Amino acid sequence: MYKTDNEIMSINEKVDYDIQKIRSDFPILSRPIHNKPLVYLDNAATTHKPKCVIDKVSEYYSELNSNIHRGVHYLSQKATVEYENAREKVLRFINASKLSEIIFTKGTTDSINLVANSFGRKFISKDDEIIISHMEHHSNIVPWQILCEEKGAKLKVIPIDDKGEIIYEEFEKLISTKTKLVSIVHISNSLGTINPVKEIIETAHSYGIPVLVDGAQGVQHLTVDVKELDCDFYVFSGHKLYGPTGIGILYGKQKILEQMPPYQGGGDMIASVTFEKTTYNSLPYKFEAGTPNIIGGIALGTAIDYMNSVRMEKISGYENSLTVYAANVFSNIEGLKIIGTSKNKAGIISFVLENIHPHDIGTILDFDGIAIRTGHHCTQPVMQRYGVPATARISLGMYNTKDEIDYTAAALKKVFEVFA
Amino acid sequence: MENEIRELYQQVILDHNKSPRNFKKLENANHFAEGYNPLCGDHIDIFIYTEGDVIKDVSFQGSGCAISKSSASLMTTMVKGKTITEAEEIFSKFQDLVTGKLKSEEEIEELGKLAIFQGVREFPARVKCASLAWHTLNSALKNDNKTIVTE
Repeated sequence: MYKTDNEIMSINEKVDYDIQKIRSDFPILSRPIHNKPLVYLDNAATTHKPKCVIDKVSEYYSELNSNIHRGVHYLSQKATVEYENAREKVLRFINASKLSEIIFTKGTTDSINLVANSFGRKFISKDDEIIISHMEHHSNIVPWQILCEEKGAKLKVIPIDDKGEIIYEEFEKLISTKTKLVSIVHISNSLGTINPVKEIIETAHSYGIPVLVDGAQGVQHLTVDVKELDCDFYVFSGHKLYGPTGIGILYGKQKILEQMPPYQGGGDMIASVTFEKTTYNSLPYKFEAGTPNIIGGIALGTAIDYMNSVRMEKISGYENSLTVYAANVFSNIEGLKIIGTSKNKAGIISFVLENIHPHDIGTILDFDGIAIRTGHHCTQPVMQRYGVPATARISLGMYNTKDEIDYTAAALKKVFEVFA
Repeated sequence: MENEIRELYQQVILDHNKSPRNFKKLENANHFAEGYNPLCGDHIDIFIYTEGDVIKDVSFQGSGCAISKSSASLMTTMVKGKTITEAEEIFSKFQDLVTGKLKSEEEIEELGKLAIFQGVREFPARVKCASLAWHTLNSALKNDNKTIVTE
């Protein structure tokens, strides 16, 4: 008898995905919280760091610390090589083709602000339109609102349906010759929806409109190939990808980046400076003013090495089976309602309990060592859309287990008991 | 662990959460303020009717977690009939209670029913939940008519 795909996947999982080994790579997972084992289900906020990343930070400051670029001494050259190697690791990780297209930033928010300020300042004018969706994080709403206000441009919003999927026909209706940019989230941080970004990009490109993809929740869950997507910008944060905070990436197509003015002025982003005129450095340095987060970049490279050693496809496969399992367990809890039931969904499950505020759920689960997030998740328009002030959210990472899901479900029953 | 949960979510808190007192709009209110905690989306409207210096009637409406809702409910029962100065004094002591500044048992006991919120001091993230209603009351009494934001 033939085996179903799911059965084959679950066999592969057992053979290939050594969850205990992976868990042992993350030191924090073995620390207790309130005398209970830590069950960390807040990975969409930030992920934990494997030991190799932690060690890299320490090793850098002990062995390599120096400012990069232009230094002629040994340490500076070594640090520069490591930093630029990390850029190459990012390039391969998202399958970009040129190093000039990989810009180090502080994080997703910084990357979006860079595009809003630089691309926006040059290419958006009065009565132009920018399209976003109803499920955007505030960081993919507010920079565009600020820009629109300054330029007299308009922000258009693709509506979402009850399942938390964008209504594609509405997107097609919104797009026009006035549209100058589409900026859309890859995976919603509050609903878990995986957006059809490839189709969105194709549609936008048929009108000659560039597309920015907010990959803050994308790169850690799915294999991202910017060439295949053909996106014009792809942005993400290091700390949600098992790397350090304060480092992020802006990928942009070279031909667009070249036309964009610098975002910030300062050191490193110049070729020559006189009081009469400054010529800017070439890409990607044109957008990297000042001493960067050197170890952030290097350790992000180490995090990528770590993910590659496990293999992205396996992480995706494992997380997908865990998501299906969690959705199943949670939807069988009476009085629990899942917010966001899109067909294509990543490991993010938002829910509400009847008559119990998410904040109270979060506090009670914390007693059991379970870390979840409660609130509006920086997506207030999503909360308004579903008529809830807040949700409780679990978000999965590569190290979570089915046992942790079961343990959380049992703890949720306790929440009901307290409020019975 | 169970005990710790019960210490925070005492029966009185759960009871006021389930059946909040004075949970309505006050038609003859002469003081009003709106409170909002952007962190968790808690939202509260406070209505007060005063005659001279005395809080004759007080009520609230809104949505929030068990801590914020029960705190608002208990607050209305505590300040009704009190003078504005007395209400302000209770507020000040309550603030000290939930932030852990009130140490002596005697002072805590003086707060009467409000003492049940002392468990909150162990949870810095929840202090604002307990004090939102009080901040809003304070603003309403001052007739600021401003939206109070706890962040």
